[in-house]
Amino acid sequence: MTDTTQIKTTPSALTRLWNSDVAWNFRRSWTARISSVLILILFAAALFAPLLATQNPYDISQLFLLDSELPPAWIEGGDPRYFLGTDEQARDLYSSILYGLRLSLIVGFASVALAAVVGISLGLLGGFVGGMVDGAIMRVADILLSFPAILVALLVNGIARGVLPPERHADAAIWVLILAIGLTNWVQYARTVRGSTMVERQKEYVQAARINGVSGMGIMLQHILPNVLGPVLVIATINLGMAVLTEATLSFLGVGMPATQPSLGTLIRIGNEYLFSGIWWVVIFPSVVLVALVLAVNLLGDWLRDALNPKLR
Amino acid sequence: MTLLTVENLTVAFPGRSGTVNAIEDVSLSVSPGEILGMVGESGAGKSMTGAAIIGLIEPPGRIAAGEIRLEGQRIDTLRPDEMRRIRGRRIGAIFQDPLTSLNPVLTVGEQLIETIQTHLKLSKDEARARAIDWLRRVGIPAPEARIDTYPHQYSGGMRQRVVIALALCAEPRLVIADEPTTALDVSVQAQIIALLRKLARETGVAVILVTHDMGVIAETADRVAVMYAGRIVEVGPVAEVLTAPRHPYTRGLMASIPRIGARPDVLPQIEGAMPRPHARPAGCAFAPRCPVRIEICGQTRPDLTGHATRSVACHLSEEVPA
Amino acid sequence: MTDPILTVTGLKKTFDLSQPFLTRLTQGGGRKYVHAVDGVDFTIPRGTTLSLVGESGCGKSTVAKLLMGLTQPSAGSIRFDGHELAGTRAGQPPAVRRRMQMIFQDPYASLNPRWRVARIIGEPMKSFGTHPDPVARRKEVDRLLEFVGLSAADGEKFPHEFSGGQRQRISIARAISTKPEFLVCDEPTSALDVSVQAQILNLMRELQRELGLTYLFISHDLAVVNYISDQIGVMYLGRLVELAPADRIFAAPQHPYTRLLLDTVPDITMAHRDMDRPAGEVPNPITPPSGCHFHPRCPLANERCRAEAPVFRAHGDSQVRCHAVQEGRTDPMPLRKAG
Repeated sequence: MTDTTQIKTTPSALTRLWNSDVAWNFRRSWTARISSVLILILFAAALFAPLLATQNPYDISQLFLLDSELPPAWIEGGDPRYFLGTDEQARDLYSSILYGLRLSLIVGFASVALAAVVGISLGLLGGFVGGMVDGAIMRVADILLSFPAILVALLVNGIARGVLPPERHADAAIWVLILAIGLTNWVQYARTVRGSTMVERQKEYVQAARINGVSGMGIMLQHILPNVLGPVLVIATINLGMAVLTEATLSFLGVGMPATQPSLGTLIRIGNEYLFSGIWWVVIFPSVVLVALVLAVNLLGDWLRDALNPKLR
Repeated sequence: MTLLTVENLTVAFPGRSGTVNAIEDVSLSVSPGEILGMVGESGAGKSMTGAAIIGLIEPPGRIAAGEIRLEGQRIDTLRPDEMRRIRGRRIGAIFQDPLTSLNPVLTVGEQLIETIQTHLKLSKDEARARAIDWLRRVGIPAPEARIDTYPHQYSGGMRQRVVIALALCAEPRLVIADEPTTALDVSVQAQIIALLRKLARETGVAVILVTHDMGVIAETADRVAVMYAGRIVEVGPVAEVLTAPRHPYTRGLMASIPRIGARPDVLPQIEGAMPRPHARPAGCAFAPRCPVRIEICGQTRPDLTGHATRSVACHLSEEVPA
Repeated sequence: MTDPILTVTGLKKTFDLSQPFLTRLTQGGGRKYVHAVDGVDFTIPRGTTLSLVGESGCGKSTVAKLLMGLTQPSAGSIRFDGHELAGTRAGQPPAVRRRMQMIFQDPYASLNPRWRVARIIGEPMKSFGTHPDPVARRKEVDRLLEFVGLSAADGEKFPHEFSGGQRQRISIARAISTKPEFLVCDEPTSALDVSVQAQILNLMRELQRELGLTYLFISHDLAVVNYISDQIGVMYLGRLVELAPADRIFAAPQHPYTRLLLDTVPDITMAHRDMDRPAGEVPNPITPPSGCHFHPRCPLANERCRAEAPVFRAHGDSQVRCHAVQEGRTDPMPLRKAG
């Protein structure tokens, strides 16, 4: 009675991943390969910043004011100890960028994770339960969407600064940033997950689970959640770029990371003030790294969206 | 004189695990006024054959071999813009879902008149009169009033009638009808089948009717081509193929259809399932499921051979009693 | 007709399709209802098959959902082996619901694509607690896989690795995993190819014989229904119009709609091509015709049919909802006018 008799051992998860359509697509796409190599390099640089850096820019004892505003090493007047030059506080720009990249990525990842967890939970709940719960969640989402994200982030930031004592501002900055960016970005996850949940909820495998007495929570978490995560992955990737940019914008505006713990955005802000005095390197190098990071992440996100959408292939 | 000839047509899709042939070595011909049924399971290649004839194979699929001639002219090598002129004017199309074949923001009349004027040299008023006439012919009541209404104001069956009018209004020589009744209720399905037959007889248009439903073929077609795993396995006049099938697949298929009036204890069934395109066996693709296979079936692919009107692709076609 | 396992009386389901209150207030328009199931009665004896046939919108699938508790009836009673189920939710009470299972139409949507087959088949056993121990459960899954014609190794695979027919076997294995007595089968073969359909129908018959199952079989295909049923109920716009033993439906159809359905079945013997086709389509269920819903398409309709809804009444072996049949106005000669 069998349709085919295949005696095949089940491939491991890794083999299945390697054989999957997405992996196959990845191996054929130059965009995906180049951008992921770039991302890996930048991630590694951020992760191993303390090992790769020539000095700790947070440690004032390592700074020598005599060395301030040195140009990059290959330009006349440059110092081989400071490959990319120094800023007005004599911080080595190369080391500052590594540490700044690290902060930018921490804020980016943490805020994306926060937005995803909040958005997925609310979207799943609204899409599955429907009715008043759904209405309430979606109205909040609508209201949030009608503010520019940066405005909401500024608002959260402002409240945090008002509530916290001034001496805690520097320490709390990173948490405030994560909260501000995370809370402005969950709407997109919630809407996507809600839409897919409403589609999945109607499918017969969900009806089968209901017939078999599986609880609403069990259906949501075990049946529907795994089936709505595909698009979330794409949003999360693209949002990482957005989050890094938002962080940079906030820091550039002076409401993000303080000058004592510079992120890429803070470095650009500091550099911007010296641009007209001919000290171009302080603004250019962090900007290049920021652009490269965001571009690579967005390219990878775009590729992932296409690769996961069979209709575009 | 034949209207359409397809010779040794192969449609290939490059994919991950090499190139896969959706259809292989398909040859057929259609005469004016004839209804040729193409029947087969999903994935057998019947829709792909229709799409190839009408020049609508989705890239990266392409015609890898063979040729298609309409009234003697090769049409498989035409440029897309030349093919677009042939579609509608000389080859019409009817698809499964009437909703997606009609433009929801244009009235039925606007769509008909536009199609008529694109392909025939007629004034607006003449085209409108022609459109009303077509609506009447496909059985739309009060066509003068309904011509100015939108597709969503029609019921499913009426919509499919409009699609038929749209396919026929430019007076094509050939119509490809891909599962035209599948989305409809049974009582409406019967009406659409009868309408197709009537119009083919009246206008002399040839129809290639693609369907998975033997009943629809039996009620509509003059000849039938049975497809299996990308190839035609049997062709012949409908009455002969249905009552005396010669390919083991056709015989198994006919036997497995439940019938009104007969209540056997066990339905005859074909074991197994049709192989997917990338997993077709060497030799005859039906051999693994075939109850009468012999050694050669696993090694050599049988050609479609026969005489005059009946052809069968089976090594045993001579021995098998008709 | 002894030992009914399922008795349905006066079953109704009304869907409210009205616009939201504010929209109705500002734009006018009253409340709109669809009587998807409008007073259905039937009884299924243990170990037999009742089929419900009809065209789209006749309410046959809604009946299936009502029986399984996937949607709640507006009125009426569903008694399963002495237990009243109207008003209980799907899966509740577990001790009773374990004994009723369902096979769905679409073998691609009825299995969770992210789950392995063994987990899919094991879910009811886990949820209803019939096999709480994972090892014993897995053993039972392997047995079920082989029972429906697959191999135990298939449990490690994902649904997309199977063909439509094989998936429907997996669906069946899941449905029989809790040793149910009653299966609702909602068009289980309509998404399958003909040669595979025969395999699934044969498997279902075999299961019925071996496990003593009772089926409620829902289909639009009279030929399939003919093969599998003991009784057949014909539905039209939410109402049962005829309910009779299967052989009677085909030998002596009573209701004009039953006759129409039989007339429109495409016939592979080609005996009836070129005959006149019954005209008309199923009306919109939101605004059903007055009186007997079928009267606009009925050749026997008169004033009474337009004004007064007929009741469901026994007529020989059959039960029929038709004034003409009850008044003896039908011409006794059956169906087909030769073409």
